[in-house]
Amino acid sequence: MQEEFEVAIVGAGPAGISAAYTLAGRGIKTIVLERGEYPGSKNISGGVLYGHDLAEIIPDFTQRGCPVERNIVESRLWYLSRDGGYSAAFRDQLFYDRMPPNAFTVGRARFDRWFAEQAGEKGALVVCSTVVTDLLRDGDNRVIGVRTDRIDGDVRARVVLLADGINSALAAKTGFRPEPKPHHVALAVKDVVELPEEMINERFNVETGHGVTIEIIGGITGGMDGIAVIYTNKNSLSLCIGANLSDFMENRVRPYEMLEGFKNHPMVLPLIKGGKSKEYMAHWIAEGGYDAIPRLCGDGYLIAGDSGMLFNALHREGSNMAMTSGRFAAEAIMEALEKGDLSRNGLAGYVSRLQGSYITDDLKKYRRFNTFRLRHHELFTTLPELGGFAAREMLTIDGISKKKKQKAIWKKVKKDISLCRIFRLLWDGIRSVK
Amino acid sequence: MTVKIEDKLFLDRFRVDQEPHIRIADNTMCMEKCEDQPCLYFCPANVYRLEKDRIVVAYEGCLECGSCRIGCPHLNIEWRFPTGGYGISHRFG
Ligand SMILES: Cc1cc2nc3c(=O)[nH]c(=O)nc-3n(C[C@H](O)[C@H](O)[C@H](O)COP(=O)(O)OP(=O)(O)OC[C@H]3O[C@@H](n4cnc5c(N)ncnc54)[C@H](O)[C@@H]3O)c2cc1C
Ligand code: SF4
Ligand code: SF4
Repeated sequence: MQEEFEVAIVGAGPAGISAAYTLAGRGIKTIVLERGEYPGSKNISGGVLYGHDLAEIIPDFTQRGCPVERNIVESRLWYLSRDGGYSAAFRDQLFYDRMPPNAFTVGRARFDRWFAEQAGEKGALVVCSTVVTDLLRDGDNRVIGVRTDRIDGDVRARVVLLADGINSALAAKTGFRPEPKPHHVALAVKDVVELPEEMINERFNVETGHGVTIEIIGGITGGMDGIAVIYTNKNSLSLCIGANLSDFMENRVRPYEMLEGFKNHPMVLPLIKGGKSKEYMAHWIAEGGYDAIPRLCGDGYLIAGDSGMLFNALHREGSNMAMTSGRFAAEAIMEALEKGDLSRNGLAGYVSRLQGSYITDDLKKYRRFNTFRLRHHELFTTLPELGGFAAREMLTIDGISKKKKQKAIWKKVKKDISLCRIFRLLWDGIRSVK
Repeated sequence: MTVKIEDKLFLDRFRVDQEPHIRIADNTMCMEKCEDQPCLYFCPANVYRLEKDRIVVAYEGCLECGSCRIGCPHLNIEWRFPTGGYGISHRFG
């Protein structure tokens, strides 16, 4: 391509589009390159987005046709054993009609496409079906554009924003950030199960337009460090389950068989019964945490979103960090363009913005959380089974005294897991999130 | 409770690139040095299949998660994205 741009952005996900929207809105000549046939065609998430971070970019997004599936009014947590489990839920009327909505579900294929159209209306050029295969550099190793897989495919730009997600084939090739280690990512698979809107309302006890999220851990991931979720869409449910890739490598578990087992769990089956599977997908989740964040800017480039490991695994917040880091990157780029300094120094406003925000604060706070889970596999093996056993014993009415039952439970606890281990678990657990 | 991967992949929309985007660099490595052959299990699309004396790659059904690229303990897999616009296209996402 002969034309030169001020900014080239790799990837039309939430991070890339947020940056493009912000830049184009200020009249800066911006191109976004996306490898999928349309924005969102390669992307998945559980599907929860956060109104606050999106409204910082498009304040009136609900009026502008944002494809919201359901506004989340209730969050459930499940801790499951093989045959049953514990459930806790929180609902608040405050979430019912809040504007902008606090959290809402989307299908990423529709959302990302809509979001990219908004950036397009502001003047950003979004080019799909184009893989960025390399970065162009000058003699001083400054990034000065990108190489694509199109004929005549070099695109020159004064600065490049890498918003190419966690699975970055560019990372390995160019070394701008290291490839993740298998324990830095979770491999997740997802089924979309279609059900009539009314039936979802009834099964989840909500009204039209309102929805529920369920976050699940325990014995459903075959003893691996993992998580599952069920989120409500308008007339479908998103079911995801994933586990750390290093655990997958050791355990010889097939992801789609694990998903099938999850769908047949006695707590899950009644929710999806009669539903029709519509789509099956797989994606990584960025779980490296604070200590795996690479250098986020250099001469002529910046990294935003998942590509920079900006993901809060405990609260499943990634899309919000992607949007806000994309916006911060855009603001720092505008500053740097004004100064005429696109070196690492000139772009450092990006890093200071991140450091002054919830993103760095939260990632720092939970920096030990991933290691905690990897070190305490009993969270996914012994503990949920013991929890299930204890509750089952106490709730089964069979003529045995409660005292005797307590004794039996205690005996089993001591047999299956040492007290020292439980103490260690609590200690490490509190430290990892404090 | 059996699930066939073919039935799951059947739900997806693929535009297959003529040129494979995944290649095993050295199949002897797979058969002689790789005891666990983890790619046969963790791949969510069951792209890797063991035949008599080699591992074959059914790249057409790849979900593009990237796991085999870093999960092969011998880094024996050459992996790139399918050509722009090819591969899987999510309809819901
Ligand atoms: C199963 C699952 C559930 C999740 N649930 C939630 C949730 O409920 N809430 C939440 O906030 N977060 C969730 N996340 C995380 C969230 O999806 C990510 O944090 C978010 O998508 C990151 O946005 P991004 O723009 O950085 O990257 P992505 O959304 O991954 O976008 C990257 C884009 O770059 C493109 N691309 C990559 N390489 C190239 C290249 N070389 N050339 C051209 N284009 C390229 C890709 O096609 C893609 O469109 C979930 C993730 C998964 C996998
Ligand atoms: S894991 Fe790698 S080396 Fe082992 S069988 Fe698979 S491709 Fe071959
Ligand atoms: S990228 Fe994922 S789906 Fe594709 S072959 Fe590798 S492991 Fe399988």
